[in-house]
Amino acid sequence: MSTSVALNGKGMLRGLNLRQRTILLISLMSLLLMTVLASSLYIDSSSLSTNFDSRNLAPSLEHPFGTDWMGRDMFARTLTGLGLSIMVGAFASAISTFVSVVLGLLSSMGRAADSFVSWLVDLFLSIPHLLLIILISIGLGGGATGVIIGVGLTHWTSLTRVVRAEIKQINTQDYIHISRNFGKSNWWIARKHILPHLVPQFLLGMILVFPHAILHEASVTFLGFGLSPHEPAIGIILSESMRYLAAGYWWLAFFPGMSLLIVVLAVDVIGENLGKIMDPRKAHE
Amino acid sequence: MIKVRHKELALFSLKKILKLICLLVVVSIASFWLVEQAPIDPVKIYIGAMSVTPEQKAILEEYWGVNTPAREKYLNWVGNALRGDLGDSLIYRMPVSDVIKERFTASLALMASAWLLSGVIGFFLGIVAGMKNGTWIDKAIKTYCYILLATPTFWLALVMLLIFSVYLGWFPIGLGVPIAVAAQEVTLLDRLKHLILPTITLSLLGVATIAMFTREKLIEVMSSDYVLFAKARGEKGFGLVWRHGVRNVALPAITLQFLGFSELFGGAVLVEQVFSYPGLGQAAVEAGIRSDVPLLLGIVLISTMFVFIGNMMADLIYQFVDPRIKQQETRA
Amino acid sequence: MSVEMAMNNDDREGSEALLKVKDLSLSFFQYTSGLRQTELKIISNMSLEAYSGEVLAVVGSSGSGKSLLAHAILGILPSNSRLSGSMEYKGQSLTPEKKEELRGKEIALIPQSTTYLDPLMKVSEQVMGSSEKKDKEVMRKRQTEIFQRYNLKAAVGRMLPHELSGGMARRVLVSTALMSSAKLIIADEPTPGLDERSLDETLKYFKDMAKKGCAVILITHDIEAALKISDRIAIFYAGTILEEARIEDFRNDGEDLRHPYTRALWNALPQNRFQAIKGHQPMQDELNGGCVYFERCSIRTEHCSKDIPQLKRISGGLVRCNNVS
Repeated sequence: MSTSVALNGKGMLRGLNLRQRTILLISLMSLLLMTVLASSLYIDSSSLSTNFDSRNLAPSLEHPFGTDWMGRDMFARTLTGLGLSIMVGAFASAISTFVSVVLGLLSSMGRAADSFVSWLVDLFLSIPHLLLIILISIGLGGGATGVIIGVGLTHWTSLTRVVRAEIKQINTQDYIHISRNFGKSNWWIARKHILPHLVPQFLLGMILVFPHAILHEASVTFLGFGLSPHEPAIGIILSESMRYLAAGYWWLAFFPGMSLLIVVLAVDVIGENLGKIMDPRKAHE
Repeated sequence: MIKVRHKELALFSLKKILKLICLLVVVSIASFWLVEQAPIDPVKIYIGAMSVTPEQKAILEEYWGVNTPAREKYLNWVGNALRGDLGDSLIYRMPVSDVIKERFTASLALMASAWLLSGVIGFFLGIVAGMKNGTWIDKAIKTYCYILLATPTFWLALVMLLIFSVYLGWFPIGLGVPIAVAAQEVTLLDRLKHLILPTITLSLLGVATIAMFTREKLIEVMSSDYVLFAKARGEKGFGLVWRHGVRNVALPAITLQFLGFSELFGGAVLVEQVFSYPGLGQAAVEAGIRSDVPLLLGIVLISTMFVFIGNMMADLIYQFVDPRIKQQETRA
Repeated sequence: MSVEMAMNNDDREGSEALLKVKDLSLSFFQYTSGLRQTELKIISNMSLEAYSGEVLAVVGSSGSGKSLLAHAILGILPSNSRLSGSMEYKGQSLTPEKKEELRGKEIALIPQSTTYLDPLMKVSEQVMGSSEKKDKEVMRKRQTEIFQRYNLKAAVGRMLPHELSGGMARRVLVSTALMSSAKLIIADEPTPGLDERSLDETLKYFKDMAKKGCAVILITHDIEAALKISDRIAIFYAGTILEEARIEDFRNDGEDLRHPYTRALWNALPQNRFQAIKGHQPMQDELNGGCVYFERCSIRTEHCSKDIPQLKRISGGLVRCNNVS
């Protein structure tokens, strides 16, 4: 009549407890991302150059992702594109996080400020997300700046909501009341008491925003509003590949997109598992 | 279950209408301001490759308000918009409202079918996963959803195109109806055929969100007091899930599906672009790339209304259909 | 009332208990911050017996895990729990399969609040429970009868749970148990928030069920309510039973009570000495291997801090104390 619980995983990970498995998973995925980023920075620029002797080659050992119509190695182009994506994504999610820190703290400063922040959240959620990024990007004259700021300025809403809820909860704590009774200003309390509590939330929030940022950047670039066509961004590579689909050059589209998917998935896994460590209730499933 | 409260409903509608008006004003000012910042010369776009005399050019400049201050331009635009005139599209050379009407109908067919399909499939998968929580089938569904959520929409569309059009040859590669073909000549079957691949692509992506939500919600419901009591009374298995689980998860799931209009529209933009489906999303991209400001503004407004309606439906369910909200209110 | 009770007690001699719980322990696995796994003990080495025709009250303070006892008997604990010990129903071992077979039929639970009712389902449908189509009419008839008996109008059946008033809700919850032909009825905290009259009324329902031959386990934090209708009272403290006493033992200054805690509880009642008990019930992580009542005990000895006392039978009751005989 005892109800026992399954404690251990299967296969390779047997013998590790959940904590160890989670940490291992996070480390592996981080290593993967680091490798991609590092190799994109140190890639041999000659492999990106055109080589008309080896045009439109299907994947082989020499060119694992094949080559394009200018004879460029798709593996090298994809890696460079991924590196670019990761950097743009990091930049954009940093902007988003910064915005949500400011707005989150602002919302803690009084009723009027709080309703302004939630009005702003509603406003940003009222235009289709992709269209809003395109609009901002157009307004900023397109290019890398346009897309980074466009993506950065539109991904803060969910984190701001989390931060607002968190602050509401912290505000009910005794030490906040005591500070207030001592005549400390709202801004002082926000900085000294509330901000330190929220730092882990922000870090996690930034990682959780990251995949959305990468995907939106790639989408906007694909549509022609983002990075310039001279950059080997994943969005550019895929939009170029469309012209060659009918010719059957499937590798031009397949591998770059697949690689982007894997990078996004890796960041997702990191965020998800960090969340579990911070909030063990999520681990009970 | 539904008791319509007329007075509250009237108040609700009034509030929503006021809110929509405010929203449209703010959104139009903001987007007008944004596109004003961009270095765009509407006359140049309109003229394109045509040769015009300086006199004609001056008339066009006057017409497009090149030298008018932004505020005046905006007020002019609003004044016309209130009379139902959103201006002329620079690239399609016809009234913006006509372009939108035609394109939006096409997009609506795509979005509605994808919305329904993803809702039904996603809900079903979520229920199965939640019911079998922790088993291999749950893990399979969860993995599938995680992967889908990480998949770039346009890439999935490309892959679908590769498989079904290039490799299997079931559909033509350029899926859009050529602009040259007059609307009458396009048969319903044609339209349907052009709808299938984009719809499947769009719904595949929508499935993930709703399935994950349904799964989590079902697990929450299944660990609630009332399910515990039902179990204590001997209910079990699928009957238990059907009687208490599905009922209690359905409303929140439908609500979420309505809240997803914004993502749905974004997905449609990308999918339409890849399949060259002649919808509003494709028009938006065209308008953006070729700086067709009047059309772009029109699309922003209509899509804002579209998202607003989704949110309003969600609110409506939340406040008027779901009795649990009343229950929470009475407890508080 | 004592005559009737004495008779009941006499009947009991020699008869088998309907439900026997022996050395029941229950713990939960949890993840704490940083995903470290911990085990939380809720119930340890608990034993009790329930007899047909009797009301057994399990009295303990709120939030001490009494409800989980009911869930353990019914086999509806969450999956991260671990249960050990033995249970017997009608002399047969109560396996998980057996529990699944019996619950809702022979063993019925009366839950503590309307949160145990499906918020989207009409009350009458819930009281009827799930049944096959052919039985539906029979069940409906029965439900109507029970509602009449409990003075619930037909309109109540069409309501949703959140529309019920407190007293109505209590009667609806009680009526769910009568739909089945349960032999063992477990009522989980059925009394909070009731006024004097509804309280007496509710307690009467349980007394009636016992008179009809059911075994009733009344789980409550309200010792006064328990004293009104129970035949025996088990005192639940820090995850275990300290004493099981007959109702007649609760009289005068409590000199017939065996355990110092039971006596203190008795004397804390307003109609008795109204003496508050000092100290607090220990949390599970504050226990250190000795008697769970050690910290607050008036008759403790050195020995008590090391040895967990065993449950022993003394003058017709059970007690877990080293210093009584």
